[in-house]
Amino acid sequence: MDTELAEEQHASPTIHMIRKGFTVGLPIMLGYLPIAITYGVLAKQSGMSLMELTLMSVMVFAGASQFMGANMIAVGAGALEIIVATFVLNFRHFVMSLSFMNRLRDIGLKWKVPLSLGLTDETFAVSALHTKEASAEKGAYFYASLILTAYASWVGGSFLGGLLGEIIPTQLSQSMGIALYAMFIGLLIPSVKKEWGVGLVAVIAMLINTIFNQFLSDGWAIVAGTVLGGLSGVFLLKGETS
Amino acid sequence: MIIAIIIGMALVTMIPRVIPAFIVDKLQFRDWMNRWLNAIPFAALGALIFPGIMTVIPDKPVIGLIGGAVAVALAYLGLNVILVVAGAIVTVFLLTM
Repeated sequence: MDTELAEEQHASPTIHMIRKGFTVGLPIMLGYLPIAITYGVLAKQSGMSLMELTLMSVMVFAGASQFMGANMIAVGAGALEIIVATFVLNFRHFVMSLSFMNRLRDIGLKWKVPLSLGLTDETFAVSALHTKEASAEKGAYFYASLILTAYASWVGGSFLGGLLGEIIPTQLSQSMGIALYAMFIGLLIPSVKKEWGVGLVAVIAMLINTIFNQFLSDGWAIVAGTVLGGLSGVFLLKGETS
Repeated sequence: MIIAIIIGMALVTMIPRVIPAFIVDKLQFRDWMNRWLNAIPFAALGALIFPGIMTVIPDKPVIGLIGGAVAVALAYLGLNVILVVAGAIVTVFLLTM
């Protein structure tokens, strides 16, 4: 432990933050790889070229909407239809970005803009559980490194999936579909153990999402669950959580 | 045509992500609003987990729920997220055999 501490003091704050961001980003990488590979396989089967499906990961970087996009391309949906559906599905990132950027007030705009572009459900959730770095020296490097770790594995995994095509057995790729959910659970539970109100907020959001899912699209139902469920936190959570 | 779709998808994904970076400095939030924004990550996690987890195996919602229960148990034991994910994948894999 002592040597580790000494090492940390010797490394420059920049290197330290980059390393830390990578370590914290590793579980995201592990969660992304199987999903990205599955996406690549699926997109290839839906008739996209390897270049197109990889480019989609590079430019869009939003899992669920890419699955949906590939599916819609496969069934021959129109461009406008696909773009509007993507907007609806990804609008939840607006709410997440607002919450994230509120935490990053000490970080300059030249960092905030690229960091905001790297926001996904997963990078947001993990960043939101690491709030101290936002005010630490060179803290921006922590978030940048975390996001780049996730981004690289998403893009790389998509490419790999497009290459592997039909080699992966369906049962395996299907089982991997639980990976992101398990990651969300793995991120949530430690906070619930610390403060039970957190679990209550999550359950309320689940219920609201389920109810709105009956008459709204998945994307809007998640927005409703996040916004309204989060509102319950005003009463259920103590001033400073996490 | 697919390229046009990709560019369109990229724009409508990027714009909502980036707008908060520009407006958040101009906003002063009251205490209750800060608590709201701080609760958003947990609410988002909840909404992302359920009911989506039931669609892992589309016609067998129970399998997703069992995989989720295993994840909760492993996470509660304090295991690293990577092990939680691996445990859930193995569970679903075994259940679909």
